Amino acid sequence: MTPLERYLVVAALLFGVGLAGALTRRNAILVLAGIELMLTAANLNVVAFWRHGGHGDATAGVMFVLFIIAVAAAETAVGLALIISIYRHRRTTHLDEVDTLKG
Amino acid sequence: MDAAFSIFALLLLAGAVAAMSLRNLIHCALSLVVVFFSAAGLFLLLGAEFLSFAQVMVYVGAIAILIVFATLLTGSAGATTGALAFRPWLLGVGTAGWVTGVIVAAVLNGRPLPVEGKTAALPTVRQLGEALMTRYVLPLEVIGLLLTAALIGAVVLALREGGAGRGKEPRP
Repeated sequence: MTPLERYLVVAALLFGVGLAGALTRRNAILVLAGIELMLTAANLNVVAFWRHGGHGDATAGVMFVLFIIAVAAAETAVGLALIISIYRHRRTTHLDEVDTLKG
Repeated sequence: MDAAFSIFALLLLAGAVAAMSLRNLIHCALSLVVVFFSAAGLFLLLGAEFLSFAQVMVYVGAIAILIVFATLLTGSAGATTGALAFRPWLLGVGTAGWVTGVIVAAVLNGRPLPVEGKTAALPTVRQLGEALMTRYVLPLEVIGLLLTAALIGAVVLALREGGAGRGKEPRP
């Protein structure tokens, strides 16, 4: 396995774990954590390609990931605020109990 | 390099599995910290030092703490009873396993990238700062605006409605 492939495989496994958590966990906070894991896997891919993918812009990979981290931080802040707001209204953070719109 | 990679990769995956499968939410948050530290270690191995420190500052310093705060605020810390996952959890795990399998197979069976010898010299923090202030200055300003808007939005969302009283009760 080349160095690049090792990183890609680890990132794929991390993405899979995050996806499984985001799809199956009942608690909304952990669904958000699963999304964070998937974002980290994507960042790992970007940096691995930047380092091992041949020539290109010397700073592009780092810049991409820096901006992704900033957007992820904003997303987490808003997501957790939403969860706290839902908890205040419904007294639960379980996603299967927040189903008022369900027909 | 090899030993360090194995250690960080193992810690990363073990922490991720623990974060997604443990019952106690505080334990999950602590496992997330392990995952983020290991990812920072992998960034360090890949030669992205600045990114590694940014990862520790943002993820471990801010996001993990936010998750712990949300856990405590929603009173989920002691909630160890009840089902952990949705009922057809096998469906979700199967989907995730299938996606992972496809990606890993694609990575292992794809043609290797043409390696152009050693890559260019790693950028120093000075170069990164100069790039941020020249070529990437517009994205940087947009990100600053986005962060400001997101934080104001988060505060507005999480603020208690109607002054000191409780929030509105849901309609029966």
